[in-house]
Amino acid sequence: MSSALLCADLALDNPFVFVPQEKPDLLRKRLPNLSKLAGVTLGSRLEIRGAPEIVLSGIPEIDMLSDGLPRGCLTEICGPVSSGRTSVLLAVIAAATRRQEICALVDTSDAFDPQSATSAGVDFKRLLWVRCCAPNSYVRTRNTNREDSSSHANNASLKAAALASENSRNERSESSVEQALRVTDLLLQSGGFGLVVIDLADVPFKTARRIPLTSWFRFRRAVEHTPTVLLVISQQSCAQTCASLLLGLNGIEKVFSMPAASTSDAPAHAQLLRGLSINAELLRSRLERKPVRSVHASFNTKMSWAG
Amino acid sequence: MPFACIFVPDFPAEALVRAEPELRSQALAVLEGKPPLQKVFALNEKARRAGIELGMSKLQVEACIQVLLRSRCPLQEAAAHAALLDCAQSFSPRVEDTAGDTLLLDLAGLESLFGPLPKIARDVARRASDLGIEASVAVAWDPNTAVLAARGFSGVTVIPEGEEADRLGGLPLDVLFAVFSAPAQKNDAERFLETLERWGVRNLRSLAALPEIAISERLGQEGVRLQQMARGRTSRTLVPFDAPLIFEEAVELEHPLVLLEPLAFLLQQMLDQLCTRLSARALAMQELRLQLALDSGCHATEDFIHAQPREEGPKTSAHATLFTRTLRLPVAMLDAKVFLKLLQLDLKAHPPGAPIMKIYLSAEPAQPRHSQNGLFLPASPVPEKLELTLARISRIVGENRVGSLELLDTHRPEAFHIQHFAPSESQVLKDSAFLTSADKTNVRKKRLVAPFSNSQGEPQKPYPEINQQSGTVTALRIFRPPLRATVALRDGMPGHIDCSRRKEVQGEINWLAGPWRSSGDWWEQEGWARDEWDIALPAEGGIALYRLVRDLLSGNWFVEGTYD
Repeated sequence: MSSALLCADLALDNPFVFVPQEKPDLLRKRLPNLSKLAGVTLGSRLEIRGAPEIVLSGIPEIDMLSDGLPRGCLTEICGPVSSGRTSVLLAVIAAATRRQEICALVDTSDAFDPQSATSAGVDFKRLLWVRCCAPNSYVRTRNTNREDSSSHANNASLKAAALASENSRNERSESSVEQALRVTDLLLQSGGFGLVVIDLADVPFKTARRIPLTSWFRFRRAVEHTPTVLLVISQQSCAQTCASLLLGLNGIEKVFSMPAASTSDAPAHAQLLRGLSINAELLRSRLERKPVRSVHASFNTKMSWAG
Repeated sequence: MPFACIFVPDFPAEALVRAEPELRSQALAVLEGKPPLQKVFALNEKARRAGIELGMSKLQVEACIQVLLRSRCPLQEAAAHAALLDCAQSFSPRVEDTAGDTLLLDLAGLESLFGPLPKIARDVARRASDLGIEASVAVAWDPNTAVLAARGFSGVTVIPEGEEADRLGGLPLDVLFAVFSAPAQKNDAERFLETLERWGVRNLRSLAALPEIAISERLGQEGVRLQQMARGRTSRTLVPFDAPLIFEEAVELEHPLVLLEPLAFLLQQMLDQLCTRLSARALAMQELRLQLALDSGCHATEDFIHAQPREEGPKTSAHATLFTRTLRLPVAMLDAKVFLKLLQLDLKAHPPGAPIMKIYLSAEPAQPRHSQNGLFLPASPVPEKLELTLARISRIVGENRVGSLELLDTHRPEAFHIQHFAPSESQVLKDSAFLTSADKTNVRKKRLVAPFSNSQGEPQKPYPEINQQSGTVTALRIFRPPLRATVALRDGMPGHIDCSRRKEVQGEINWLAGPWRSSGDWWEQEGWARDEWDIALPAEGGIALYRLVRDLLSGNWFVEGTYD
């Protein structure tokens, strides 16, 4: 037995033994035969995962920013209220349905607007809409709403009502998120979907943060090696390291409007909202093996009536 | 011309065994008649060996403890007969429904399709066995010979042409007269049998050896016909029977079922039988209908809301109520496990609410779907798995909260309804059919180019868009239900908003656009009229845009959603 092999055997028992670097070929041949290393693949022989297939998001500026959305990966789009998350979401769904893919939208807050989706070009025949909103809490909230209408007498009761409705909203979000996670599990197990979207945009961040990391790992593992694009929209990043691509939307840069009087018989003071300017930022990407600089891009959205 | 006969010995007992396969290993006697005058109507071989005979009273049979007693079930006999017809028609289009337990098949020309006659006979017997029926199959060149051989010999029998008299010679005379089923024919048969026994004729060979003229003088033309049958020299025309495409299975329970678990066990057997029958006809299932006859004497729970009176169909007792569930499938399927799981999920969501006495299961047949997709079409969910997934999701989020959208032809807000999600292949094919030939060429070119564009190690390029939209549409996120708000007006326009249900939707309005007035359905009771405003409120990251709506009929303000 050569001195190098002897040293390797010793090193397995005692990691602090120095192993000389001589005769590395012999050492490489000998190592797999050791019982303690049976089944262990050498680091040099590990397969490098190929770059995932990329699909267009439907917004050229986003595609310039991130090269599109990766298949078999989890993509997260986060941003505050009115930052354009849902507009991006509809554009992605519309692009997927135009590719004749079957899409699923897990709508945690039951906030999907069919009219906006029609304007964005979504084909409803290929979109599965799952409305995750607990009916019981829905009724309870409606009752609270009725009570609210008759209890605007003083500020104290107003604050109490606001607090109560905030609590009920949190409870409702938690049960909805729980439903959404179970539904997503089923959809990913079923397979065959080109795009699965989890809409957590209206879920308070402290509720979304409570989603166990194991759930995200499970989702990421479920879509791996499949042609499914798993997209999550939320207020802040909650999938953390499980997201292969993280896009941030920074809110409205500019609001385009025009006087309605120039186009119709509306009053002179009337304005018409025509569109928004949205700022997007690539926060993290694991698709390229190099550090990503913070890159910004802006894109405009238009209202459905703006033509 | 070869013919095959399928004969099921002890058919009423076999029909019961088909529904309860565990009875096959036990002695079984089938009783018929009103209590207490029930008599043995049919029995299997084991019961015969135990000393039971036809016509014995129930009291006599009960003295033998090894024998199981069951009441005759016409429903299960009808289902078994239908299954037998399916088995026969899966081989030959010309089938004669000779009797409840006997079928005749015309095998002319089938040798080139299914192989030699012995193989066809074995295949017929095997398929009948798959359907839960142990049958005797005989092939002969004469239909009557085939019937006699099937009744006389158990298992598979093939009688070559010209050997009919030799092969049938050893059969007793009872076999010859067993084909008479009408009461008048039975009387004639008993008279003939008595006469022949007095002559010392015990089997068909003895009858065939008698002089034909003497038979004609003493027994008439019927006697000559019987002798020709014994010699295997008759010929007659087959009367084809076109069986309707009705696939029903029924089970009548000895004791009422209360739990869903044993019900699932029975449903599995029935679904297996249905799928085997449909498979024999090269068909699939489009709709599945489950009917449960419930014991209405028991108290029904509140969930028992789907029970509907059955207008026609199998006989039910006066005190039974029928509980009906129908599963409509978007694509034709033939997987008993999927159907069972769908039924289980449906019954868990809608329990019958009372003990179950009878189970009827019927299938609407359809042509099986073509499983091959287009080469250039993206993968889509497997229909069977998708149906199960949708059923499971429905259990989680509730009914009518999962599916695909359909917009209604109105300007009324929230005018849509959810329908069953069925991304059928026909839709995909239809869409591809809408493309012009130039478009198709273009699409194919683009799709072919995309996968090969990463030949230099670059990340794979995306598929090009077929019809890229000119711009991104600003989306609205709907608050369901709308948030009630208190709005302070300034110069006739909203200036300050207060929403008790969302703390972020309150404060001074920075900017607004509108109003956008719309109304509709004023000619009906449910008319609506509203003014829409787009407002900007200060938010953490800058501003947030909301849609504010004033209901002109009630004067109330609502925040309908947020632009996002």
